[in-house]
Amino acid sequence: MKIQVPRILSGIDSGAALHEAKKLIVRRIEQPARRAFLQRSLTLGGLSLLTGCSISDNAGVEAALTRISRFNDAAQGWLFDPNRMAPTYTDAEITRPFPFNAYYGEDEVHVVDEAGYRLEVTGMVADKRRWALPELRAMPQQDQITRHICVEGWSAIGKWGGVRFADFLHRVGADTTAKYVGFKCADDYYTSIDMATALHAQTLLALTYDGQPLPPKYGFPMKLRMPTKLGYKNPKHIQAIFVTNTYTGGYWEDQGYNWFGGS
Amino acid sequence: MDTTTTPTHGHRPLADGKPIQPLWVRLTHWLNALAVLVLVASGWRIYNAAPFFPFNIPATLTLGGWLGGALQWHFAAMWLLAANGLVYLCSNLFSGRLFAKFLPVSPAGLWHDALAALRGKLSHADPRHYNQVQRFAYLFVMLDIVLLVLSGLVLWKSVQFGLLRELLGGYEFARRIHFVAMALLVAFVAVHLVMVALVPRTLLSMLSAQKVKSV
Repeated sequence: MKIQVPRILSGIDSGAALHEAKKLIVRRIEQPARRAFLQRSLTLGGLSLLTGCSISDNAGVEAALTRISRFNDAAQGWLFDPNRMAPTYTDAEITRPFPFNAYYGEDEVHVVDEAGYRLEVTGMVADKRRWALPELRAMPQQDQITRHICVEGWSAIGKWGGVRFADFLHRVGADTTAKYVGFKCADDYYTSIDMATALHAQTLLALTYDGQPLPPKYGFPMKLRMPTKLGYKNPKHIQAIFVTNTYTGGYWEDQGYNWFGGS
Repeated sequence: MDTTTTPTHGHRPLADGKPIQPLWVRLTHWLNALAVLVLVASGWRIYNAAPFFPFNIPATLTLGGWLGGALQWHFAAMWLLAANGLVYLCSNLFSGRLFAKFLPVSPAGLWHDALAALRGKLSHADPRHYNQVQRFAYLFVMLDIVLLVLSGLVLWKSVQFGLLRELLGGYEFARRIHFVAMALLVAFVAVHLVMVALVPRTLLSMLSAQKVKSV
């Protein structure tokens, strides 16, 4: 720090200089609120910059967020009530047209050949034979008009019909004490769900949409329909089902979407 | 007009040696500020995924980088907001601070103090005493955050919180409530920051164990 040595200047009216200086200083001090406001605005700007920048890219932060997401899975598993039903709607409330949604565009929809289709069932099940579509259609069928809620926030009401998934799991002799049921799809999508949701009364192996066989864009020949879960947990074009105690994640879940994805 | 509860003129004796804001108020305030900052910035990114108004929030103001990242931040900060909010509300209730600081508040008193504030005649001499405008604003923001948490619960678990969903007008309506409550919270924060800038020592009293001084 520089030390100011006061000097006496000759030929200057010190009284007048002091008066002038006071006037200058007072004018500055009179606006403290304004200056304080500007200072704090800058701090706010700093905060908004912080939110826009790369804290998300930090590996430690990402690991912590993933841990909290797994904690959320546990919280949602604890909250899940198998006897609580999603609301159902009337035909008049169906959203038309029902939106298409996938991780690819509508022009890239996978078309599965009906005649050659065989559903694979593996893992902790007694009966590992493959299922043709007519066999699935021969099982007792159910209809539901429920709200599909997308992780993006929008929602739409649709009408699905098919085999209650709990019936199917019992039919193949699945070990219902296992933790997970996983799905592999013809469009390379994959996901897995908790056993409690798999056994929920409104969880369907959907074979129809609005009374007609599922069109390819809604997942022909079969999709899983769960009104208790968000859209990305409802896989389309299902080719293989496996029952397991090993966590296998999912296409979006592995990229950061919450695995439980419950609603 | 009843002005007995709002001594806008004259000062009570002040020096009692206690900090203006007790430690738990300062702690919960800043944790709340952090939670709200993260929730609002990540919430804007989530809104952008499927906006229901004809506008998007500029991406540079959002947190998370993409929808999945924003959801992770949102679902992490919601625990902080809820836990911290519970501690704050319970401490306020059981210490009697809620009644001592924020009540009573009346439309007449609010009108009187709002006019006084606009004329620049509202005293800030005693930072422990909240005028009617402050009381209303702070009570409002407490209720607004409660509404944000409740509507958020409906969006997070709309099947599991069925009764709450119906009370809030269904899933889609709850989304609008959540958005509007967010906008009101942001408006509160904006006014709150302007007021702090105008009376900077309130910021100091929120940061340190500043004692009440005689004026």
